[in-house]
Amino acid sequence: MSRYTAITDADRAAMLAAIGVGSAQELFDSQIPEQVRLRRPLDLPAGLGEQEVYEHLRSLAQRNVSCEDQLSFLGGGFYDHYVPAIVDMLCERSEFLTPYTPYQPEVSQGGLQVMFEYQTAISELTALPVSNASVYEGPSAAASAAYMARIHNRREKIVVSAGLHPHTLQSIRTYAHGFGSEVVEVPLCGEGLTGADGGPPPGAGVTDIEAWAQAIDGRTSAAIFAQPNFYGAVEDAQALAEVAHERGQGAVVVCQADPVTLGILKPPGECGVDVAVGEGQPFGGRLDYGGPSFGFFAATEALMRKMPGRIAGETVDADGRRGFVLTLQTREQHIRREKATSNICTAQALNALAGMVHLAWLGRRGIVELGELLLARADYARRRLCEIEGVSPMHTQPVVRELAVRIDADLDEVRSRCIAGGDPAGVNPGIDIERLTGRESDRGGLLVAITERRSRADIDRLAEVLAEAIAECRAVVA
Amino acid sequence: MSGDARGGGEGASSRGSGPARGGGEGASSRGSGPARGGAEGASSRGSGPAPAAEGVARRLAQPPLQREEVKTIFEKGAPGRRAFVCPEIDVPAPPDGLELLPARLRRSEPPRLPEVSEPEIVRHYVRTSKRNFDLDSGFYPLGSCTMKHNPRLHERLAALPGNARLHPLQEPELSQGALRLMWGLQGALAEISGLPHVSLQPSAGSHGDLAGVLLSKAYHEDRGERRLKVLTPDTAHGTNPATVTMAGMEVVKLATDGQGGIDIADLEAKADEQVACLMLTNPNTLGIFDPNITRIAEIVHGVGGILYYDGANLNAIMGYSRPGDMGFDIVHFNLHKSFTQPHGGGGPGSGPIAVSERIEPYLPVPVVVRVDGEGEGRRTGRGPRGGEDGREGAATPEGGDGARFELAHERPKSIGRLRGFQGNYGTFVRAYAYICSLGAEGLKDVSEAAVLNANYLLARLRQLGVAEHLPLAYGRLCMHEFVLSGAPMRRDLQIRTLDLAKRLLDHGFHPPTVYFPLLVEEALMVEPTETETRQTLDEFAVAVAAILSEAAEDPEIATNAPYPPPVRRLDEAAAAKRPVIRQPL
Repeated sequence: MSRYTAITDADRAAMLAAIGVGSAQELFDSQIPEQVRLRRPLDLPAGLGEQEVYEHLRSLAQRNVSCEDQLSFLGGGFYDHYVPAIVDMLCERSEFLTPYTPYQPEVSQGGLQVMFEYQTAISELTALPVSNASVYEGPSAAASAAYMARIHNRREKIVVSAGLHPHTLQSIRTYAHGFGSEVVEVPLCGEGLTGADGGPPPGAGVTDIEAWAQAIDGRTSAAIFAQPNFYGAVEDAQALAEVAHERGQGAVVVCQADPVTLGILKPPGECGVDVAVGEGQPFGGRLDYGGPSFGFFAATEALMRKMPGRIAGETVDADGRRGFVLTLQTREQHIRREKATSNICTAQALNALAGMVHLAWLGRRGIVELGELLLARADYARRRLCEIEGVSPMHTQPVVRELAVRIDADLDEVRSRCIAGGDPAGVNPGIDIERLTGRESDRGGLLVAITERRSRADIDRLAEVLAEAIAECRAVVA
Repeated sequence: MSGDARGGGEGASSRGSGPARGGGEGASSRGSGPARGGAEGASSRGSGPAPAAEGVARRLAQPPLQREEVKTIFEKGAPGRRAFVCPEIDVPAPPDGLELLPARLRRSEPPRLPEVSEPEIVRHYVRTSKRNFDLDSGFYPLGSCTMKHNPRLHERLAALPGNARLHPLQEPELSQGALRLMWGLQGALAEISGLPHVSLQPSAGSHGDLAGVLLSKAYHEDRGERRLKVLTPDTAHGTNPATVTMAGMEVVKLATDGQGGIDIADLEAKADEQVACLMLTNPNTLGIFDPNITRIAEIVHGVGGILYYDGANLNAIMGYSRPGDMGFDIVHFNLHKSFTQPHGGGGPGSGPIAVSERIEPYLPVPVVVRVDGEGEGRRTGRGPRGGEDGREGAATPEGGDGARFELAHERPKSIGRLRGFQGNYGTFVRAYAYICSLGAEGLKDVSEAAVLNANYLLARLRQLGVAEHLPLAYGRLCMHEFVLSGAPMRRDLQIRTLDLAKRLLDHGFHPPTVYFPLLVEEALMVEPTETETRQTLDEFAVAVAAILSEAAEDPEIATNAPYPPPVRRLDEAAAAKRPVIRQPL
């Protein structure tokens, strides 16, 4: 008997007698054809006791340098926010942790109500009337939006801004190759160009709206951009949406938004966007080396019946009492099979709960205050870093929580020197942009993420460490 | 802890086995109450006129969670109330006094999030949680969902800062523990499935399906062939055909034969050079291991097609049989089914895939690779013996075996990315811990117990005469789950499978999956899993038998079920007709 099973020898004997077979092996042998039976034990190590497993995985975890060990400015979709303790406490409750999808609504009112509340919160944040109960995560949410646009208007061209997260661009391409749409990428302004003062040209860093307008036409199914974009720049979402609607009559305009910024940025719904998607990790999510988190997906009412994923709706029971059910299920795979609007089944209910609890904790005023704090710190960080010899801004657009600077030195070497540190431990200064985008014009680009956990003192420390590393690298070259 | 929500298993079954008539009466007296008034009450909710005195008396006679009027978090709190105290702005304002964000880019009104205190949030969600049935509180035999115990050790391990606060873009040299764990998991999954190369990236089973179909498409395209047909049996999970459409391909349905397997004649007729792949769950959703599996593989391979294995039912065969040995080229795993990732009320899941040599070049990026001498070139791991899983590292935490791991992104034939980063690493921690706990023998024990439990429950139901009304749809034995048909029950006892399911709630059990697979009339799909004890299975069998004999006396007891709080049957039709899917504010 393994640690998590309960069949004693006496149980087994009684059970086999009831079934009418001589042995458990017989149960398998009578059903699995001989040619495909495994005739040897699996080549895996023997099982370990709970304590041994704990020690083994603890020793593995200790080989990782986490945000607990290192002052880190890594972002790029996942951010080291402070998650309130009540998120852990509520998500560990058996009642939320261990049930499955609420197929039996009478005994799943808790989970359904959380979905309904979550949908309300996402709808409020995005200023779009309809939200589903979550999809997997950020980049695939954008790809799912592209698919929804495809089944909505049956057009075969997807126009994407180069300001989308590289993982989003890649996921859209993967999905689009499947459903047979072409992907056209629109560059950012000023890519690879220099302004009069040697810095970035004015207007650089956001989607080139003329190229955007040219790329979008009557064949365009979806037009997708990020807010803020991957380089941290705040886009003029309203202008992008207006142009996309004007040029691509009937095209679906999709905005991939960082939800933390929506306390202060004009929300997608007010900018004329049809679909807002994004990565929910900043709300209630751990870093978890990349997942699980949740993706959010909100849309206009016109698209409600084309949406992917579960949707909870309000109704009444046989006594007229308020209750919640899964609704609009005729979109879904378990009912519609090959005619479903998406194949998604299991999504991210527990992560969405974490997000909802975090949002309730932040509250109506907190989400604005947090946005203002990040805005002030991100701007300060950009100014502070650009005072360093060898650091210049990649763009001068407003930044809310993440900023891109260009390092005039071997970035690999600079980052290594920052990270190596000593006593105190090193600083991870942020993402090597070119490594993610693969764009030569991004050479030397460093993406620095700010959260409420990165104080002014932390930013100053980053500036010192970065200045030192750059000076050392330049000295070596000289 | 949550027993008060439902009266717990015992309380509920005493209600169930008690004078059932009484239960029915109680219910119908509630039901015959002013239902319209109830509906009005619900719609005038929040505007707060005091209910009539008789209403108060009636409400006080009900358990607290039932008489509580449901309010969302948005209907609680008060303007100005808060939980979060924002850190002070600690940086100087910009020197030129410029606005950091021009007004035209700014939000004019804050989003109407709740305004609540922390104690309010805790109480709200703790009370809300009690309106859920959960696996920790009772039997949850939801077919094809593998509702097995979720060891809390795994939660502790996932929460270690080295896991929970590890950024996905951390340098590989500073993430060696995570990469080693992923390598170890890849190797274990490869061994369990009999397919050598693994990608952990897909986010759930349906995402694994998409990966699988795109992989077969890429394989054929690379050979200069355009094949668009995908064979899916009528017993397949809905995710299979839905995925085919998403991948721009065409579903070709396969019939089921009298034994519950694929109809070979139908397969032979439909298998041609247009077929990209066959998607198959084995054992299938009827709990039947297809006796013709090798023939099926021969036929599909014979026309150049790929075999895709939907791993939803892998819990039946671990250590007994391997998809790779059956001839499959691609497998997806559900880490939230076979490997204990908690289901979370509908996720997170995780859907890694394992593939054969010929599919390997197309795997999604990134994959974990070993870059020190020994394992180099072997891209995705094999069996985790010989320290490849980091076990030697456990003995010598400073890195005894010197293995180094990286994430490889450069793979020219890859189908690309399916999502951000490396996949749901938090679920990998849990699955890896589970495999370490059980080892080869323990995993085999799991499948043995899962199959034994399912067959025992089936036998107990037969012994109690249930088969007369709810016969097994196919076969005599089953693997880890079985499907009963409620058609005779509906005809003879005037209750439907849905009624049986709702009445089971009164007995403190979560009902099995209902009305799936579609080819079985009034289907009831039961998967007990290895978690359950013989006593629990006995109690469940007795409850089903009791419901049937009760229905023979008075079918309305079941058709009006359930009776315990917090709600009775819900009007799903009204919800779909006039969708209210957010709180009006």
